[in-house]
Amino acid sequence: MIIYLLSFILFCLGIYCILRKRNIIKIIVGIIITEYAVNLFFILSAYRIEGRAPIYSAEAEILNMVDPLPHALVLTSIVIGLATTALLVAIAMRIYEKYGTFDITQIRELKG
Amino acid sequence: MMGLYILLIFMIVGAIIAIEVKDMLSSVIAVGAVGLGLSIVFLILKAPDVAITQLVVEILCLIILIRATLRKDLPFSTTGRWVFNTFITSVFMIVFFLVAVKCFKDLPEFGFPLMRVARTYIEHGKALTGSTNLVTSVILDFRAYDTLGEATILFTAVIAVLTIVRKIGRKKVDMPDEESDE
Repeated sequence: MIIYLLSFILFCLGIYCILRKRNIIKIIVGIIITEYAVNLFFILSAYRIEGRAPIYSAEAEILNMVDPLPHALVLTSIVIGLATTALLVAIAMRIYEKYGTFDITQIRELKG
Repeated sequence: MMGLYILLIFMIVGAIIAIEVKDMLSSVIAVGAVGLGLSIVFLILKAPDVAITQLVVEILCLIILIRATLRKDLPFSTTGRWVFNTFITSVFMIVFFLVAVKCFKDLPEFGFPLMRVARTYIEHGKALTGSTNLVTSVILDFRAYDTLGEATILFTAVIAVLTIVRKIGRKKVDMPDEESDE
């Protein structure tokens, strides 16, 4: 319970950064932190007390494996996170070329 | 188990530094520290495949972000409705947090997962797929469509990045080179 709350605090910090900051790079940083928190929560929910990694071994019988399903999902999610981060950074650099700033309050040409 | 708490608190402190520091490069480096701490946490939680992937992805992500922040001037504006915005955000976060605390009570206790689906994978995974690593058998056999969707998203993102950063078809060509890996 406490450890779920710690991962949730990390999530809240990311959301705060997305909502409150004005620099585009800071917003990307917030998105990355949020993503880490969600991945961490999934892996935490898969853990089992005294568990072992879900890999069979030839010489020893392993009975208490951790849950392999969230591991597979998180593995997918991490790679997708990299792709979306690259896309965000590319868009941010394009905005910097056009407007000369990362501040979202200065980017006004589409406004109104 | 103590190490897990220490690492999580380290990650939270790193995230606060990354959010609040003024210099962009320091912020990106702090995010890198958070990501590497996360990779060690995965290792402690017995997820070696995820830890390796997180390590590689973290390094690539850091390279991309540093490339974006190098040699950029960053005016830091605090004009506008500072008090109002902070107040609204804080209220939202507090409400969100209270709702989440209520929800976390209904989750299974940490260390005792339900494993209803995973029991089938663990019991029959080796016989059905022939893979000793169950994560691989889930990714590439039981949930192969998931991986197909992931590959689709990955290549779509690569095409989008290439479309955004390409120089052909632009009016004024005076941009530095950009990254284009996945």
